[in-house]
Formats: sequence, structure tokens, C-alpha cells
Amino acid sequence: MRAGNARTTLISGAAAVLALALGAGALAPAWSAGVHPATGEALADDQTFTYRLLDQFPTLDPQLNQDSSGFHVIRDLFEGLLSQDGDGNLVPGVATAYAASDGNTTYTFALRKDARWSNGDPVTAHDFVYAWRRAADPATASPYGWYLELTQIANAAAVLAGEMAPDTLGVRAVDDHTLEVKLEQPLPYFPAMTTYATLFPAHRATIEAHGTKWTAPENIVSNGAYTLEEVALNEYHTRMKNPLYWGAADVIIEQVTGLVINDDNQALTRYRAGELDHLEPVPAGQFPALKEELPDEATSVPRLCSYYYAFNHSESGNPALHDVRVRRALSLAIDRDVIVDRLLKGGQWPAYNFTHLKTAGFAMPEISYAALGQAERDAEAKRLMEAAGVGELTLKLIYNTSESHKQIATVIGQMWKQKLGVATELANFEWKTYINIRNNQEFDVARSAWCGDYNEASTFLDLLTTTHGANDGRYSNPRVDELMRASRTTQDPSAIYAEVERILAEDMAIIPIYHYANTFLLSSDMRGWPYNNVENNWYARNLYRVAN
Amino acid sequence: MIYFLLKRLAVAVPTLLILIVVSYVLMYAAPGGPFDTERTLPPEVMANLQHKYGLDQPLAVQIWRYVVSIVTEFDFGPSFQYTDQSVNDIIEQGFPVTLTYGGWSFLVAVLVGVSLGIAAAVHHNTLLDYLSVGVSIGAQVLPNFVLAPILTLIFTLWLAWLPGGGWQGGHWPYVIMPVIALSTSFMASIARITRSSMLEVLNADFIRTARAKGLPMWRIVFRHALKPALLPVISYLGPAFVGMITGSVVIDVFFATGGIGQFFVNSALNRDYPVIMGITILAGGLTILFNTVVDLLYAWIDPRIRY
Repeated sequence: MRAGNARTTLISGAAAVLALALGAGALAPAWSAGVHPATGEALADDQTFTYRLLDQFPTLDPQLNQDSSGFHVIRDLFEGLLSQDGDGNLVPGVATAYAASDGNTTYTFALRKDARWSNGDPVTAHDFVYAWRRAADPATASPYGWYLELTQIANAAAVLAGEMAPDTLGVRAVDDHTLEVKLEQPLPYFPAMTTYATLFPAHRATIEAHGTKWTAPENIVSNGAYTLEEVALNEYHTRMKNPLYWGAADVIIEQVTGLVINDDNQALTRYRAGELDHLEPVPAGQFPALKEELPDEATSVPRLCSYYYAFNHSESGNPALHDVRVRRALSLAIDRDVIVDRLLKGGQWPAYNFTHLKTAGFAMPEISYAALGQAERDAEAKRLMEAAGVGELTLKLIYNTSESHKQIATVIGQMWKQKLGVATELANFEWKTYINIRNNQEFDVARSAWCGDYNEASTFLDLLTTTHGANDGRYSNPRVDELMRASRTTQDPSAIYAEVERILAEDMAIIPIYHYANTFLLSSDMRGWPYNNVENNWYARNLYRVAN
Repeated sequence: MIYFLLKRLAVAVPTLLILIVVSYVLMYAAPGGPFDTERTLPPEVMANLQHKYGLDQPLAVQIWRYVVSIVTEFDFGPSFQYTDQSVNDIIEQGFPVTLTYGGWSFLVAVLVGVSLGIAAAVHHNTLLDYLSVGVSIGAQVLPNFVLAPILTLIFTLWLAWLPGGGWQGGHWPYVIMPVIALSTSFMASIARITRSSMLEVLNADFIRTARAKGLPMWRIVFRHALKPALLPVISYLGPAFVGMITGSVVIDVFFATGGIGQFFVNSALNRDYPVIMGITILAGGLTILFNTVVDLLYAWIDPRIRY
């Protein structure tokens, strides 16, 4: 996301929020008359929302969180400098405005004066400084410490390494309501990164008083639209509307309950029994039938993740894969439409490039093989394979244990066998073992997927730079590295991203397979769901239930 | 008796220690570590995590520290996965759940299983026998991961009598389906063991004598035959009881009970070392305890056994 766009959005968003707050001032809450203040829809008396959680969230500590299953809860309990609206645009959070200076290396955020912690304390710039230093402090040992390095905040790496004190981190409170951040390199999308949990504020007195138990419902002090009411591990948790939240007058849902249901089919049964208002994801392969049966409730929306097969470019990989013609042939021979339309059936898109097609500001470049028909691709694949002169080829294809990955691997193995005569040796491993094997390049081809950390193409393309921690195929192209470095200091990097995608396709650095979609069921009386937010970041404060 | 218990205790301590060491070493030998993620962590971040949890120490030091903190503070360490919780918290929250549905399941399995077994044996080769054998074979071949979704389909979706999952502090509507799903196959095994053992006892000389004396059948069964017939059942019940109360991942997953079984499996998948160890020690300790109880019950049932 470009800085210019973000700023415009922020300002218009701030004006809208301000207008709503003023309108609500006289009669609180604004919806007490039973109609939605903005849309005029009649509201239901029951303003509770119950949804399914796949797993117990590991933590509610924003600085320790590294998991998407916990992030949506943290987003409701805490509020960062900026938030997202239903389209994924930046809107004011605790900050009402920001300005970039020194060539995008200094960001100054103006904080609202009416933001309160759930115990009544004001939320100040010092709370952000404390939280960010805490995230970088080696004593905290945050597994998401690297996120600070990603944001380019000055001295983050050195603080994490224990070489500099946490108070040397490039963030300071100019006064109670002004926060200044210094970056090591310009980063146009830095404001967008403040919507993630690691950069949320923290209440120092609570953390110091209760240690690791500070997130327990009886201890936690938070600043979001909801407070934590109850947690029963692996069973459920509830959060209640926070009356001290600055925007409380516009928050309609009173109570949110997350039920942990591990099994997809069991969750579907409970949704049908009326125990849930929201279920995600729909059990594999059942989306078309459910869409037909429950057209108002079953939805498929883009999700900012890409599914791909990584080639092992390192010495340990099959030598045949060092030949670009072989890599291209393998990619061309895969009929993505079969995978998307026959196996997944959830509205996913066949992929011929890495960056998810719905990524903000990303213009899809022309990828030559994307335009061909499958028959042409197959013919080209055979020609390339013959030209490469590879005799018998057997590839070790690894994936983590899952029915869906297995189906895809089997189908791709068949396509390679039938079209190119390439044999595959399928090997599946449970997650941690698989990660270990993949990190150690003990494979020829590895099932992989990547979800954007933020809504900007570099979250994908950076992965294929030489030193990236998730570049398990060890792809390395100095030109890609150089372009991605340059993209950080460019006002409009979209041309650079397009060129990188073209190089990746030319090199066939990876095999893109499909771009994700998220399938879910949402009760037909629920409104306010952010269908157009490709990060699928929902905030319960935007939801409401209409009267039937 | 006291001597027997002391002897058992003397064996239990080294047994648990061996269990700890072997589990710890096996756990470490498994590929992948607790903090491995798709994105290889920068070395400084990984070093901080390893240091915080003492994983930068040699294995022997780690095990020593672990045992010392259990013995001196009864502290089983923090969870690596659920960073807001300690292992003690997780067991304190999850174990009462499992104990409740496991205890009820045990009771149901024993009462129904033993009754079915006795009925079948007493009415050997009659319709009742065939029916009882049929029911127990049916229950045996119906695993709980098949039974659980069927139960939910019937009682939650079609009849809308019971909630599809959750625990709510063990409120009875939430307990029924987990208990049926967990007890069924145990019940079947108990019925089969009881039946064959009862048949054997009913053919013994002392039963013939009792019959010859003209005692009524119910009296022969309950007064004379039941105790010896239960011996093999009891040796099965000890480990079965521990199996039930230390949780079933299937029950926890399908009924979202928050029980300890799911934590155990997840901890293994996540390489959450302290949780793996904590639940292993709990299960190990309970196994030793209930094997001792079974031995004591033996002596109570069979006067020929004395300690």
C-alpha cells in the first residue's frame, strides 16, 4: 500500500468516525432506538455473536502472538495506532493522523485524547513505547520479534540480539499524545504494519503486577472495543463490549463468543443446529453444495495466501531441477483448473504468479504461460523436457499431512507421470517434522504456502529474496534481490513488482498453483462482515444483527 | 499390607524417574523443535527463546532442573505453545473435565458391561445371550470417532435435545454424549470378558455344589460366582480406568470439552515439551496408582491372594 493512498484514506476515515461520534454524543448508544445509525436497518434485540474457532488461541499477549487464530481476538481486545475497515483500508485507531518525514524514515503519529484502557487509565504514547520495547527485549523472547525487524524500526535487530538496550529502539513519546518512530530504511507501508498485534500498546502496570498471568480475564487491562470476560481452554471464550472504548457508542454487538471446534464436519453440524452464527472454513469440497443449499449464508472471499510448490535450488536438490527448462516443463504440465475446479471447489483462483491477485495496489503482469491453453502448455512442456534431455527422473515431493495436500500432490504426480514421464515419490510428514525437513532442503519439491503479513505485494515477493527465512528452496537471483531492495525506497513500486514476477516466471523459481479463497457460512441476519478485506481481518465492533 | 504398599512406593519413584528420562530423551529425538515455524526465525530471536526456556542448556541439565522444580515446587513448567498458561494451569483446567466424563464413562461401562456379560453367561445359548453378544460386538466395532458424529447428528441436529459440544463446568446435558461415546467400546470389552469368565466359573465344581444344595440361581451368581468371575475383568479395568480419565482426543475434539486428551496430542504435534512431560507423568503416576489398587482388589476378592 502506498503512503499517499493510505493517508487519504486515513483522513477521510477519521472524518467519518468523528461524524459518527458527534452524532452519537447526544443519545448513547446511537442504536438504542433499534435501528442502525448509519444504514437505518432495524436491529435485532439479541446482539450476540457466536463463531467457531478451529483451535484454542495460544496467547492473548499482543507482543507474544504469532498466530492467526489468536490475532482476531487480540484485535477486538486491543487497538493499535491504525485499524482496517471492511475493505482493508487504513482507518484511525488510537492514532487519528500521521505524517511521514525525512524521506519516509520518520513517522509521527497523533494519538486521540479520549482513548482509555479498560481500567479507565488514558492510553498514551508511552504505552506504545513500552509495548514496542517489550516486543524487542530479549527477556520477553517474543517469537514475533522478527516483525520489528521487518518494520525497519531503528535498532530493532541490535536490541533483539542483546547488543543494544531496549530503550535505544527507534520509538519515543514526544508527549503523551505524540509518538515518533524512526526507521532504518524508508518503508512506505509502515503505517499499514501498525495494524498487527506486535505493535499494539500494552498496559505496563498490569504486566508488571501479574507477569505471565496478566492476560487472564481477572487481570487483563486492554484498550479495544471489547474486554475479555471468560476463557475455558479448548472450549470457548467470551468477550463483552467495553463501555470505556472511545468508539463504544457505535459498537452494536454486546457479546462475542468463540467456540473451539476442531473438527470441520462437527462444526458444520453445530452451525446447522443453530449454535453458531459463523463457521470458517466450510469442510473441504462441500462449498458448492452448501452454496446451493444456503445461498444467503455460504460465501467465498479472496484470502491473501498463495499455494505453491517450492523447487529445491540448492546442491541437495535433484540436479535436473537446476535446468530452467525442466522447472518450466514441470510447471506447465500442471493443469491448475483441475485442482481448483475439481478438487478444491471453494472459489480459489489458478495461479501462474506468486503474489495473490487481490493484493492491494498489485497490477497483475503479463505472464506468458498464463495466457496459453492447457493443451498448448502441455505441448510446450513436452518440448522443453525433450530439449533438456533428461532421462529418467524421480522427484521427492514432500507435503505436510492433510487430505487436501495429499490429493493435490497425487494429481500433480499423475500429471507429471502422464505428460512428462517424471516419477514422483510422495512423502508426507506431520507439521513440525515437515518444517524441519523443508528448512534443511531434504526434498526436491515441497508443498508450500504463504500468507501475507500485510496487504502489499512485497510480503510475497520478499520471500524469494536470497536471505529470507522462508525461502526454503534457496532460490537466489541477484536481480530479484536488487529490485526488492529498490522497491522499498520507491514511491510507486508496482512496476518493480511486475518485473520481479516476470523474472520469477521466466526462472520458474517456484510453481505457483492457486491463490486462496476463504469459504465460510454466516448467519443471514448478521451484517457488517468485511467481505472485501483480503486479509479477512474482521472486527466485532463493525458487526450487527438485523431484526428478522 | 503396609509393607506391600511401601514396596510399591519404593518401585514407583524410580519407575517415574525412568519414565521422565526416557520420555524427555525421546521427545528431543523427534525432528523439529517447539519454535520451528515456516519462517526460519532470525538467530537472535531463536537464541532469546531458547534461553528463556532453558533449552540452551545440555539435556542432562534440563532434565535435572525439570525434576528439581517438580520435587521442590511442584512446578511442571510453562507451556511453550499456550504462553499465557503453565502446565499446572492446563492440567488443573483439563484434568477435572476428563476425570468427570471418564469417571462416568467408567461407571456406565462397568455397570452395563458386567450386567450384559452376566445375563449372557447365565442364559447361555439363548436369545438373550445372542442379543447381548450382538450388542457388544456391535459396540466394539463402532469406534468412538464414528459414534460421536452419529450421536451429534441424532441428538443435536435432528432431535435438538442436547448441545453439540462444550462443557459448561460439567452441566449434565454436556456430559451425556461424551459419556456414551467413550464408554461404548469399553462396555463391549467388559461384557465379553465378564461373559467368558462367568461361563467358566459357572461350570466350576463349587457352583455345582451350590446348585446341588438347591440355592436359587440369582444367589449363586451374586453370592458365589460373581467375585471370582470378576478377577479378569478387574485386571482389565485398572488400565482401562486410567485410559478413560486421562482423556480421549476423539471425545475432546468432537465434543469440545476442554479435556486433557486434546492437549496431549496437540503438545506432541507442537513439540510443547513441558505439556508432553506433564501429561505423561500424570498418566504414568495414575497407571502406577491404579495398578496398585487393582492388586489390592485382587486380595479382597480372592482370599488365596495375600500380601
